[in-house]
Amino acid sequence: MATDTTIALAVPGLRAAPNEVGQAYWGNVRRRVYRDKVTVGVILILCAIVLMSIAAPLVTAHDPAQGSVFKRLKPPGFPGHWLGTDEVGRDLWTRMVYGGRLSLLCGVVPVFLALTIGGTLGVVAGFAGSIVNTVIMRSMDVLYAFPSILLAIAICGMLGAGLRNTILALTVTFIPPIVRISESVTTQVRGLDFVEAARASGGSALSVLRHHVVNNVLGPILVYATSLISVCIILSAGLSFLGLGVTPPNPEWGLMLNSLRSALWVNPVIAALPGVMIFVTSMCFNLMSDGLRQAMDVRL
Amino acid sequence: MSPRLLTVRDLTKHFPLKGGLLGTSRGVVQAVDRVSFDVHEGETLGIVGESGCGKSTTARLLVRLIEPDSGEVTFDGATVGRRPSENAHTTIGLRELRRQVQMVFQDSYSSLNPRLSAAASIAYGPFVHGMARAAARERAHELLQAVGLDPGPFANRYPHELSGGQRQRINIARALALEPRLVLLDEAVSALDKSIGAQVLNLLADLKERFHLTYVFISHDLNVVRHISDRVMVMYLGKVVEIGDVETLYREPQHPYTRALLSAMPSMDPSRRTLEAPLSGDPPNPINPPSGCRFRTRCPIAGDVCAREEPALTAFDNAGHAVACHKVLLPSGSRRAA
Amino acid sequence: MWRYALRRLGYAVPILIGVSIVVFALIKMAPGDAADLLIPPETPKEVAAQIRAKLGLDKPMHVQYAVWLGRMVRGDLGISIVTNEPVAASLLNALGNTLMLAVPAAVLGFALGTILGALAAFNHGTILDRVFSAAAITGVSLPHYWVGIVLVAIFAVTLNALPAQGMGPGGIPRTWEQVRHLILPVFTLSLIPMGVVSRLVRANVLEIIGQEFVGALRAKGLLDRRVLVHVMKNASPSVMALMGLQLGYLLGGSILVETVFNWPGSGGLMNLAIFRRDVPVLSATILTIAALFVLINIAVDVLQAAVDPRIRR
Repeated sequence: MATDTTIALAVPGLRAAPNEVGQAYWGNVRRRVYRDKVTVGVILILCAIVLMSIAAPLVTAHDPAQGSVFKRLKPPGFPGHWLGTDEVGRDLWTRMVYGGRLSLLCGVVPVFLALTIGGTLGVVAGFAGSIVNTVIMRSMDVLYAFPSILLAIAICGMLGAGLRNTILALTVTFIPPIVRISESVTTQVRGLDFVEAARASGGSALSVLRHHVVNNVLGPILVYATSLISVCIILSAGLSFLGLGVTPPNPEWGLMLNSLRSALWVNPVIAALPGVMIFVTSMCFNLMSDGLRQAMDVRL
Repeated sequence: MSPRLLTVRDLTKHFPLKGGLLGTSRGVVQAVDRVSFDVHEGETLGIVGESGCGKSTTARLLVRLIEPDSGEVTFDGATVGRRPSENAHTTIGLRELRRQVQMVFQDSYSSLNPRLSAAASIAYGPFVHGMARAAARERAHELLQAVGLDPGPFANRYPHELSGGQRQRINIARALALEPRLVLLDEAVSALDKSIGAQVLNLLADLKERFHLTYVFISHDLNVVRHISDRVMVMYLGKVVEIGDVETLYREPQHPYTRALLSAMPSMDPSRRTLEAPLSGDPPNPINPPSGCRFRTRCPIAGDVCAREEPALTAFDNAGHAVACHKVLLPSGSRRAA
Repeated sequence: MWRYALRRLGYAVPILIGVSIVVFALIKMAPGDAADLLIPPETPKEVAAQIRAKLGLDKPMHVQYAVWLGRMVRGDLGISIVTNEPVAASLLNALGNTLMLAVPAAVLGFALGTILGALAAFNHGTILDRVFSAAAITGVSLPHYWVGIVLVAIFAVTLNALPAQGMGPGGIPRTWEQVRHLILPVFTLSLIPMGVVSRLVRANVLEIIGQEFVGALRAKGLLDRRVLVHVMKNASPSVMALMGLQLGYLLGGSILVETVFNWPGSGGLMNLAIFRRDVPVLSATILTIAALFVLINIAVDVLQAAVDPRIRR
């Protein structure tokens, strides 16, 4: 219908196929996700990885910190260590599974924090407009002036390595893009007729924000944030790779990638192994985010 | 004539155009300029004009979705705003105004929150004004009934599951939820198919009688306006050019712009032929409207005085018909300077 | 257009100031301060305080900031705590080395990315397009430093065909020996822009192909090749915008690749500085790269405005 095209759709999720009856938005999204086999598969894989890393002692046989001088850099298939051992003699499979804990933590927590802080800032900026908006967005511009890796490295490099600084650095790195998207989406939604209508019904600014704006902007912001998780995983592993993230002897995929570089000439397969986990996890989050975006953004 | 429910005097709104790094002003769009009119209780006032003439802005000024730059609006004897004027000794606050005056928008789809069900959208207004959730929902169901939608299936439907006509009914129900006295309909049926639009118009007529409403009906569709209005106001480039009883205005339009508008209406009646010259020239820029009478650049009868002086809206006869034109002959004998 | 350029430059000044404030704040938040390395732990408090005063560390924060900024702007980037050499010289050298990687990487990434993206778009719906989409998602999920390691594992360790690290003889590559050292790092670095560019080009080209004027062109009987030119011309502005971002990213993000390949570029310099806690070197490098990033973005914006008149509001 002619009226449907009046909404400029940079805001995904404001339209949906007209033949699904009586379903609220999120219910629709859930159903569409169930139907998308790739996304479901990916979510299952991720759940498996997460569960395994949480229940690490149940899936592994060795102590991740216990090494043996006699068993250094053994290749996969070595009896007792099906993936081999690292440069200090620790079982690689064990290290990888335990490493999932820190790697996933560093990948998900910063994005979650950035979503909370940045999402709030962006929605406030988009809804309030004028001075508040200018102050917030210009501050973000300053942070945007750093290439993202550089910002993370700067913070960790200056403040020192370690889990806390890593999460801090990554959170700060991801706040500006989330603020930008939130502000953009909120500004769009704010200009839509139903928001005006809500105001015309006598709703206060807070009420309109709560009942009409938030439930429309949450979707796109969430999708964007999930797409950042895969980047965060790669970035956090990269920081550890540089010695800026998690400190040894903690198991973490990026850190392992670095420490196993000495294995490159002896056993190249082992040297590359932790990277596989980074790749697989990142890929899964990417596919999941894509699937989510498609489920929320049905175009006719 | 029934008492005046709404009086508007010299309502003005100019939008500054901002440009440049620091937002320096680059010009002003004179969207609504010193507009004055009355709305009587129980009538339907139609407002017509081309796109950009200021009709929608006027409507939004009336509900205070936009703040006017100057001018005075009185509702039921109380001035809207904080300070009473000399004509009205009481004031009416914004929140209360929004109970009494409601608006139905043109785009039925974008005026509904896609995340809320029909009932939730309707219930929002009463809920915000203090009604309990359950009571508000009840009211929503009643209103759905009133606009011809069975609450059973429709209460929990979402906008994307409804047709244009159904959505517009929900918009109307929402507007009625606060029991307003005045309803502004901004191109309410313009986006609907003709047959559906006709049904909605009939519904509006019914509701008006049932709930004793007063309507201001904005449209660019002259046929619809004629069908539904008691009086009609014609706007051009932010100013009122003519206002009067609907039949008189349609049969004997006085202002050259009204004449051109009406003669341009396509008709299937072969006996109605276009006698007047069509409008010439391009519509002027609302940022720099012509001096004096804004219509003079396209007017077939414009003269020198039209460039010098802005014509005031003057009564044409005793029945409330008024025109803003220098060149129109006034039957009372006071001829405007030629 | 020059007014636009001036406006953008003017806008950049507060941003650059903001950037410098952030870097300065980080310096101050870093554990320990410049004096710690100079003052042996047994020094009595008064002497330590004297040394601190001499270095200007007792002055109020904004004064210290102004002094520091003044030095940076004049080109005096400080002296390395470790090597005692002026930072500016080593940074310049290192930047040159990084450019040796970044520029070819950018060119390669863009060229290949554009070709792949356009190919995918023109073959929309076929298996080729699907393969492309799969490859694109894979590309974005790959940690490029890992790819570097894998490439080294394959080409250097297993096949012994290319060097695993280092710059070799150095200098502007003229001999095959120098080029050999460039191949793996450049390719690894080019993966990032390649992935992003190809996706963008594909999306843009698809959108433009879908537009009616292309149908009109085709209906007029224009050969596909000519249509291609038209389409690419329309797609270019947003691709160019991406260019600036990616080039800056390559400058700033090269640290990972440089670490893998032990390349003595700005990234390697930073890595070393981090390892040795050489705050002057680290902070000066970060400041410089961020400033360069801002300037590159402005240049790209202006270029884009020059090409696309719609932007010049």
